[in-house]
Parts: sequence; C-alpha cells; structure tokens
Amino acid sequence: MIQAPDLPAWAALLTALFVVAGAAITLIGSLGLLRLDSFYERVHAPTLGSTLGMASILLASMLCFSVLQSRLVIHEILIGVFVTLTTPVTFMLLARAALYRDRSAGDETVPPDGQDVP
Amino acid sequence: MSNLLLAWCITFAQVLLGLAMTCAIWRLLRGPRAQDRVLGLDTLYVNTMLLLVTFGIQTGRTLYYEATLIIGLLGFASTVALAKFLMRGEVIE
Repeated sequence: MIQAPDLPAWAALLTALFVVAGAAITLIGSLGLLRLDSFYERVHAPTLGSTLGMASILLASMLCFSVLQSRLVIHEILIGVFVTLTTPVTFMLLARAALYRDRSAGDETVPPDGQDVP
Repeated sequence: MSNLLLAWCITFAQVLLGLAMTCAIWRLLRGPRAQDRVLGLDTLYVNTMLLLVTFGIQTGRTLYYEATLIIGLLGFASTVALAKFLMRGEVIE
C-alpha cells in the first residue's frame, strides 16, 4: 500500500533520505549476522542496526511528526535512549554466557579464564 | 511529487527492513548453537521496532509509537532472561 503523510517538499525529502538510510544500515547489520563465521564475530553485527539505523529512522519520525503537528514532537527520544541503554547490556550478558558455555565445553579456541594467567 | 517520492521511499525501506528480519529469522532457525538463536531473536525485535516506526511515519498516527515501546521493553526482558538461562541453567535462582 503506497501512501505518505502530506508534508512540504523539504521535509518529505529529508524524511525519505533518513528512512531509506536507516533501513539500509539495518539491513547491512543483519546481513553481517547472516554472513560472519563465529559467534563472537556475529555479536558485533546487529549493533549497527540498533545504533545508527535506529537513530536515523527515529530522526525521520521526529521530523515527520514535528512538521505534521506544527510543534516539537520528540517522544521518540525515549525509544532511542532505551535501546541505547539496553543493547550493550544484553549483548554483554549474551557474550559472557557464550564464553562460559564454550569454556565449560572444553573449547580450545576461546581464551582461558584470566585467573591463572600471571 | 515529493510526497509520491516519500511514499515509495517508505515502502522501499519497509522491504529492506523485511529482508533484515528474514536474515534474523534465518539465524534464529539455523543458528548452530543456542546463543546464536538468542542473538537472532534480539536482532529480530530491534528490526520489528524499526519497521513499526516506519509504519507510524506512513500512516501519520502515533498509535505505533506505544507498540514500539512495548516491544522494546519485552524484548529487553526476554533477551536478558534467555542470557541468564544460558549462563546458569535457570532464570530465577
């Protein structure tokens, strides 16, 4: 279904640019999730979508609603702050869990526990 | 003219986000180990949030914003719970 809100030309062009850029960056991050080899490389890729891709699309949304309602609409910042705070926490927890599982499985490719290193 | 361009650009962006969600679902279904599946789930919900924001721009309604916040909250809680489960074997000790 092809539709768009009724925006002036400059706002429509800026919104289109930010939306397409954010979606393309998110797609690149998800392709990295598909293509990279080990788990520790793959855990880096989706952060591209959850930082720059998300910021770009939220900027487009803020611009669109601010022009539509003729006032400053910035409640999307709440989503941005929330995702920016939670993504590192979840990926750190996940990487530590994966490291623990690999060590307890006796995998030789992961670095050993740091306690017996001088 | 510029509104038609905006409409096509939003639809194109939604197709791109759909492809990104397909990548995440592929990793969720095929991931060799459990941590890859959790990573795919996390990517899937972030991409879904972005897709809902583009639906909000397309229709001009603020209804989608609240759905986006709820998906973000529940996705964070679920990923933390799954990572805890992978670490300890149980969620609440």
